Amino acid sequence: MRKVPRAALLCVAAAVSLTACAAGAGKSDQAGGLAAAPGKDDKFTLTVWSPFSGREQDEVTKALESFKKKYPNAEIKHEGSQDDDKITAGIRGGNPPDVALSFTTDNIGQFCSSGSWQDLKPYIDRDKVDLSQIPDAVRSYTEYKGTRCAMPMLSDVYGLYYNKDMLAAAGITAPPKTTAELVDVAKRTTKFAPDGSIEVAGFMPTMMFYANRPPILAPHFGAKWAGPGGKSALASPEWAEMLTFQKELVDFFGFEKLERFRAGLGQQYSNDHAFHQGKMAMMIDGEYRTAFLKDQAPQIKFGTAPFPTSKPELYGTAFTAGTIIGVPKGAKNPGAAWELIRHMAFDTDTIVSLANGLKNIPSTKAALADPRLEVDETFKTFIDLAAGGKLQGNPVTPIGDAHIKAVGDFAASWQAGKVPDLMAGLKDVDKQIDDQIAKSGK
Amino acid sequence: MTATLERVDVPRTAPARGRSRARSRHRWTVLAFMAPAVLGFLLFFGYPLVATVGFSFTEYDLINPPEWTGFENYTYMFGDKLFRTAAYNTLWFVVVLTGLRVVFALGVASVIARLKSGVGLIRTLCYLPSLTPPVAATLVFFLVVRPNDGPLDAFLGWFGVEGPLWFSDPAWAKPGITLVMLWVSGDLMIILLAAIMDVPREQYEAAELDGAGPVRRWWHITLPNISPVLLFGAVNSIILALQLFTQAVVAGSAASGSADATGSTKDLGFPENSTLTFPVWLYAQGFRYFDMGYAAAMATVLFIVSFAATAVLVQRMRKASYQEEGGPGA
Repeated sequence: MRKVPRAALLCVAAAVSLTACAAGAGKSDQAGGLAAAPGKDDKFTLTVWSPFSGREQDEVTKALESFKKKYPNAEIKHEGSQDDDKITAGIRGGNPPDVALSFTTDNIGQFCSSGSWQDLKPYIDRDKVDLSQIPDAVRSYTEYKGTRCAMPMLSDVYGLYYNKDMLAAAGITAPPKTTAELVDVAKRTTKFAPDGSIEVAGFMPTMMFYANRPPILAPHFGAKWAGPGGKSALASPEWAEMLTFQKELVDFFGFEKLERFRAGLGQQYSNDHAFHQGKMAMMIDGEYRTAFLKDQAPQIKFGTAPFPTSKPELYGTAFTAGTIIGVPKGAKNPGAAWELIRHMAFDTDTIVSLANGLKNIPSTKAALADPRLEVDETFKTFIDLAAGGKLQGNPVTPIGDAHIKAVGDFAASWQAGKVPDLMAGLKDVDKQIDDQIAKSGK
Repeated sequence: MTATLERVDVPRTAPARGRSRARSRHRWTVLAFMAPAVLGFLLFFGYPLVATVGFSFTEYDLINPPEWTGFENYTYMFGDKLFRTAAYNTLWFVVVLTGLRVVFALGVASVIARLKSGVGLIRTLCYLPSLTPPVAATLVFFLVVRPNDGPLDAFLGWFGVEGPLWFSDPAWAKPGITLVMLWVSGDLMIILLAAIMDVPREQYEAAELDGAGPVRRWWHITLPNISPVLLFGAVNSIILALQLFTQAVVAGSAASGSADATGSTKDLGFPENSTLTFPVWLYAQGFRYFDMGYAAAMATVLFIVSFAATAVLVQRMRKASYQEEGGPGA
């Protein structure tokens, strides 16, 4: 008698398992179907999820509302503080927003390859949208292997910030242009206390600290993520040069001292940021920091410049990433959603107004050159970098930011003196990244 | 002498049939009362468990239908360096945290049980931290032990002692998280205190008359009496250690200086992956790297290990308890 219920239970388990797999599959998307644009006087509602909050959310809402100039009867529901997890959950639950915004350009490979964000190419072709309006590097981080599932909505460009008073006190009249000069200036502006501890770091070399991230630093050394065959190419002289530069500075400070100093510094986006507190003479960061500094640390006299490069010909190179905007799978009103995306990504008035509000870099060439853009001396550096043609986009893979973590982990071991053979270590990281990408099957 | 039992066929009389019907009715009534619980168990435990095992044999990116890949996810684990790191970190917490948590909670409960005055206040003060949300508790602890300007560092500085870097040092990050977990172990302390208070007074009085001192009374009376509760505490602590997630993520991100940066997993495990626990790596694989098949395989392994560890512990402690009570081997 006891065998019957067990067998029944096994059957139920198997059935449940199959149901689970089927349930996980979700509904197939209306791929291939091209939703028509709404009529000018149509009444419709668009739900927009974004990661913005507080003042920035208000600015984005204002920009979204400008869509009503084209569609007066449109209603926009903008919900802030929504991250990628919530968007994915919304798609899986069959209740995604019409338009999604994300800060995480690392996820674009997954969004495009899995179809979780819809391919926009049919709309682009239909409406004959000129993508050359967007700088190449910005275009590169909004698509994956030819699938364009997102558009940029402003971008971030990274450069050198320096404390003018600290450099002047060290007798330095101009910011460094090469990484060798950066090392020299960093050493001259560093201050040690009588007990040997660090009071001010000329430049914090610790990898993964604040904006010291591999994708942000790599372009200044000419380091590429992938080789011609698409395989990870970290075991290269350029990556080795970048890590050697970093290690030279770590050794100058002393790893233990540097770690103790770093452990006492504030969070990246707080008033306690080390540069705001006058504890760093130089750093790499995005253009948005200009607004933070003016707002939170007006006492700091700072300047900006392109980040130093290992070779003079690379000077003017900068990393770029930014906010991306797309239509999630299963969006109820994709036709109107595309119109809103087109408005946010290409309407110069809207982009300029939003860039002024958020203090970000416009993501189209027309907006970059627009005279209404509020540009002061410190912000101009980033506008010039964006327009300079040497931008490098965020590397796009189908494995989220796993590749960045792999390099960051390796760099952390390297700076702690735990890696005896740099090139052999980099080859290991290459293998780790290649294995994970191969496993993803994309 | 051998006793033989012979089957006696009792004719099925009307009253017997009535009894059978009554038993059947009783069985259905019991089943009806149990149905909501059984249904809930099947829906919220059975289904997810079976589904997880099913997904572990697939490539699944959360959006598209899972594709059958056989044992690929399980074989990939052997080559995943961070899988081993995460397993080691979690094992460290299972061993160290479980032991310390039970001992710490038992110690505090034993002291409180002996207090003559101020019991209510001290009991409340010891219990209160366990009500703190894990994120807040970890952040408070992070700020207290923060090098250079944290109160603990300042206090140690008065004696010329340089404190460790805690969450910023790979050697101290796990002990730091363990301290947070001990600070919030008031829930277990309260349970153990109740068990200690429940030990019959007569046993202590009898032991006292026999000349047993406080230590012997605690060892031979308190401990055996509360052993089932200790077993619960140990199992509960093992599960807590196996599922350690929030404290590890918060401590790592705060120490790396990116606690206020959203959507990043690059700092998970900071410093040097010393806080990368098994559930943290599982989360990263499933929800950040979009490899839910691999995450499901990791979850399956975690379930099997948790189940085995708990079963072994329960069996051993039951055996020890049985021997303590005078069973074979005592």
